[in-house]
Formats: sequence, C-alpha cells, structure tokens
Amino acid sequence: MRPARDITHAPYALQYDRPGDDTLVVRLAGSWKLEEGLPAMTELQRHLEVTPRVRRLIFDAHDVTAWDSGLVTFVREVVEQSTSRQVVVDQRGLPAGVQRLLALAAAVPEQEAARRRGARLPWLTRIGTAVLSGWQGAWDILSFIGDTVLASLRLMRGKAFFRRVDLALFLQQCGAQALGIVTLISFLVGLILAFIGAVQLRKFGAQIYVADLVGLAVTREMGAMMTGIILAGRTGAAFAAQLGTMQVNEEIDALITLGIPPMEFLVLPRMLALMLMMPVLCVYADLVGMLAGLLVSTTLLHMPLMEYLNETQRAVHLVDCGLGVGKSVVFGALVALAGCLRGMQSGRSAAAVGAAATSAVVTGIVWIIATDGMFAVVTERLGI
Amino acid sequence: MAATMPRIAVKDLTMAYGSVVIQRDVTFSIQPGEIFIIMGLSGCGKSTLLRCLMGLVRPAQGEVCYDGEPFWAASAAERARMMRRCGVLYQSGALWSSMTLAENVALPLEAYRALRPRALRAVVSLKLALVGLAGCEELYPFELSGGMRKRAALARAMALDPDILFFDEPSAGLDPLSSRRLDELILELRASLGATIVVVTHELASILTIGDNSIFLDVETKTMLAVGHPKTLRDASPEPKIRAFLRRGEADATTA
Repeated sequence: MRPARDITHAPYALQYDRPGDDTLVVRLAGSWKLEEGLPAMTELQRHLEVTPRVRRLIFDAHDVTAWDSGLVTFVREVVEQSTSRQVVVDQRGLPAGVQRLLALAAAVPEQEAARRRGARLPWLTRIGTAVLSGWQGAWDILSFIGDTVLASLRLMRGKAFFRRVDLALFLQQCGAQALGIVTLISFLVGLILAFIGAVQLRKFGAQIYVADLVGLAVTREMGAMMTGIILAGRTGAAFAAQLGTMQVNEEIDALITLGIPPMEFLVLPRMLALMLMMPVLCVYADLVGMLAGLLVSTTLLHMPLMEYLNETQRAVHLVDCGLGVGKSVVFGALVALAGCLRGMQSGRSAAAVGAAATSAVVTGIVWIIATDGMFAVVTERLGI
Repeated sequence: MAATMPRIAVKDLTMAYGSVVIQRDVTFSIQPGEIFIIMGLSGCGKSTLLRCLMGLVRPAQGEVCYDGEPFWAASAAERARMMRRCGVLYQSGALWSSMTLAENVALPLEAYRALRPRALRAVVSLKLALVGLAGCEELYPFELSGGMRKRAALARAMALDPDILFFDEPSAGLDPLSSRRLDELILELRASLGATIVVVTHELASILTIGDNSIFLDVETKTMLAVGHPKTLRDASPEPKIRAFLRRGEADATTA
C-alpha cells in the first residue's frame, strides 16, 4: 500500500500505513495542539473504505512531542469512524494521558434522550401548537386578572398582606422619580399640538382656537396616554425585571412555601402604587401640556395671555379633566398588570428576564392603546 | 523550597475592601501539578484570595507571580494574556443561561482558537463527554440538575486546556456521591492533563482526598495560620484551630 502524503505545513504529521493485509497504522508525530487546527477525516475514510477491508487499527505516537485536547479530539473521531465500520481499535500506541482521557470520555454513555428533538414539525401541527399556545396565553392573562381581583377584594376587607414600606417605595419610584421625564414629554407634546394647531387655524384667522385644541387634546387624551406609555416603559419594565429576577432566584418560591401569596405581597403594592400615582402624574402632565400651549400662543402667535386663559377655561370642562384622570387610573392598573404578569411568567434565565421586560412594555402599550380606543367609542356614544 | 519554579507564588498579600482588611501577609507557593487547597471558616476571605489570584480583585499589597512573572504589576492586557491559561469553575457554575451547553463550551474556543465548525463540534463533544455529559450539547443550563451544571461548568473551564484550574467550592450543593465523583474527576484530570489545580473548599472529605498542599486562613487574626499537606496539618499542626477544623471539632484523641 502506498503511504499517504504528509501534511507538511502543519507542525504535526499524520500518516496512514498498511503494513499487513488487515491492519491500518495511524502514525502521529509532532505537536498536536488545538491552536494548530485538526486534520480532516476524509483521508481516513478513504483508507477504511479501500478493499481488502481494514479489520484492525493501531496507533503509533512515539514521535508526538506535545499534545492537548486537539489530539484527543482527533483520536476520538478516528475511533468513532473505525468502530462504526466494525474495525477494532487498539489504543495502546497512544500516550498514557490520551488513553485515560478517552476512557474517561467513554465512561458515561451518551444520553440519547437529551438530544434535542430538533426535527421540524409539519405545518398543520405548527398551526395547532400556535393556536393552543395563543389560547393558553389568553387564559393565563384572564386567570392573572382574576387572581388580582381576588387579591384586591382581600385588600378592601383589610386582609391583604404586604409591607407598607414596599408601597411607599413604589409610590416614590413610579411617582416622584418619574416627574422629570413626564415633564419633558408632556411639555413637548403640548408644544407640538400648539404648533400644528396654529399653522392650520391661522389660515382661517381662528388662532384663538389653539387654546381649545391644546386644552381638550391634552386633558382628554394626551395627558393620560403619554403618562401611561412613559410609565409602561419606565415602571412596567422595571416590575417585570424585578419579578423575573425573583423568579430566577427562587424568591417567589420562598414566598409561596411560607404561605405568603405573591399576588398580594408582590403584585398588589405595585398595582396600588401605579393606580395612585398615575392620576397625580396625569393632572401634572395636563398642566404642563397646557402651559406649553400657552407659551407657544403668547410668544409666537402674539395672543394676549388673558384671552388664551379665558378661551381655555371656556373650552375645557371638569368632565374632560375627569375623563382623562379616570383613564389614567385604568392605564396605571394595566401597566402594573402587564409588568407583573410578564414578570411572574418569566423563565429562569438571564435571557428570559430580558424577554419578560420587553414583553411587559409591549403588552402594556398595546393594552393602553386598545383601552383608549374603547374609551373613545364609549364616550362618543354617551356624548361625554 | 523546591528548586523548581513555583507555578503560582503569592508574596505578602494583603486584601482589603476599602479600609476593612480581609487577610494580611499571606505568603505561599503552588508547585506545578499540585492540587492546592485554600481552606478556612466561612467569611475568612478564601474566595477573595481566589479572586485576587484570578485577577478579579486587586490586592491592597503584595504580589502574585505566575511562573515567576509578576501578575498585578503587569498591564491589563498582559494580565488578560496570563489569565488565558487559567480555567475557572465558579461556585454556582456561572454558565451563561441563554446559551446551550455546547455554546457555553464553544464560546472560549471561538474566541481564542481558529477552528472549523466540524472540529469545534468535535472538541465540544469531547469536553462534555469528559465530564460525563455526552449528548447533552443542546440542553440549556436551567434544564440541568445542580451536579450536572457543575460538571458542565467544568467542561467550559477546561475548554482551552488550561495549565491552571481554579475551583470555587466545587462540591457546594452536591450530594456526597456526586461530590466524590467530582473529586475523582478532578484527580483524573490532573493525572491526564497535568494541570495545577487551586481549590477553595471547606468540604473535609474533599480536602483530605485530593489535597497535596493547603493553606489555612484564620478569621480572627486575619492572616494565614499554616501551610502544609492537609493530613499532616490534621495530625500534627500545633494550632488547635486547624486540628479542630480538619476533625469537624471532634476530640484530638481519635487517631485517623
């Protein structure tokens, strides 16, 4: 048999010999280290496929100067290829350390069951699975809302268990600490509304109605909605991340085994805090938004201050403010629900906590917009 | 001391967090191929010492030398190069939870070895087989038991064939049998890879089975009390604290 050519560019050398009829000698030499890369298996496969068939494979590693996992990996593959072709492998020619590592690697049989069932499912199955998981998701949301209602009922009877200091902390976190961003956003929204309105209304000489536009839009819609969306991104995500991390650290399990319902201990104070602070923030956002409108009108449109104030007072009724503030209470509850729901559903890994926070923000915003749409229809029907 | 250059030499190390001194004047050396145990009561600064050796916490004073090369005096890039020959098994595994076991083991290989995908898969499969997790490539860490997670973390620590392996409480949270199997694995890996192994532990059985040399850190005096083979320390240490520690507080009279 013709000896296989050496791989000369590498610091290691590999050679296959057929001294006898049924024996293949794998000659190894040089430095077999992982950083040098590993030879391909094609050469060996060719030698194993050749007739007359190889029945026995032996190693000659006398000239190996240095080795690490690279050699072990290569030999392990050679052994695998050979045994799958009913070739007997004699490992005695290998360095003692390699033999021991090979024995160690073979000591525990491969866990077939652990192999990922990676096969692609048929499309019908996939549709079915998607529908079922969608249904399960809706069911989870409903039962979470149900649990929250039950916990709220216990709260009203004064039986809910949570730490008052937690509530105070959440009030601070989602109230006072959110003032800056709420100021900025609602000021800009008021400013933009006034500009858009001014450009259009000036064409009809009706600049005075900028006051109506800004006042009504801010109090009825934008104040509540912008605060809701800000808090969904700021506080809802934080809630989901907190609860998700608690899930990872088994902290929620610790509450359950102590008999403390997580719905009361974790969800209630967060929801309560948001429902209390949202209307306050909403009133504040309304005022800042209207102030921005006033600034634009008096400085850029040269509208007299008193005229603007009178027009605003004439246009905006208490019921408009009430509607906005009422909505904000609902939005607060929705943001808290979305954050806590996704946090409690979080998986037990770092990536899952990130996914929970993302999902909390998306869920919160979707719920706010959808509810706002329903409010719009209902108030239109009722003529509010 | 032996004429050979110690693999790790620690000289007059003082560790402190701010003005709170954890340990002072710690001096010892670790020979190549040795299994070195850092022991002491909880809170004595074992883990901090390990973090000093691994380059995570800068010591307040003193120096750590790898093969005679000063570690903390070196630049950050030099330190990173020196750490590349070390593997670390963290206390709770510290597997990256968003990656499968195969990806966990493959990441150091991808970062530092230019391997083709096929070779990479083969190396990863070897490393997992070595720790008895053959076929678990596609599992995520949260799908594993505590013992399996430790072993997977060991596979990742060994990914780059390190000369030096650091183990932080390898048997914490394991049942006696798993913990013993892990000890056997450590001994086997040392024998076949020839690595130097530094272990922080207070598992007595482990200390006495695998330790070649050890250091005892004291909480009260905030310094090291002794260096030596664990069995010698147990039987012949002049310090009653060490004898009590290595006998679980049982009377001295019982001869082992």
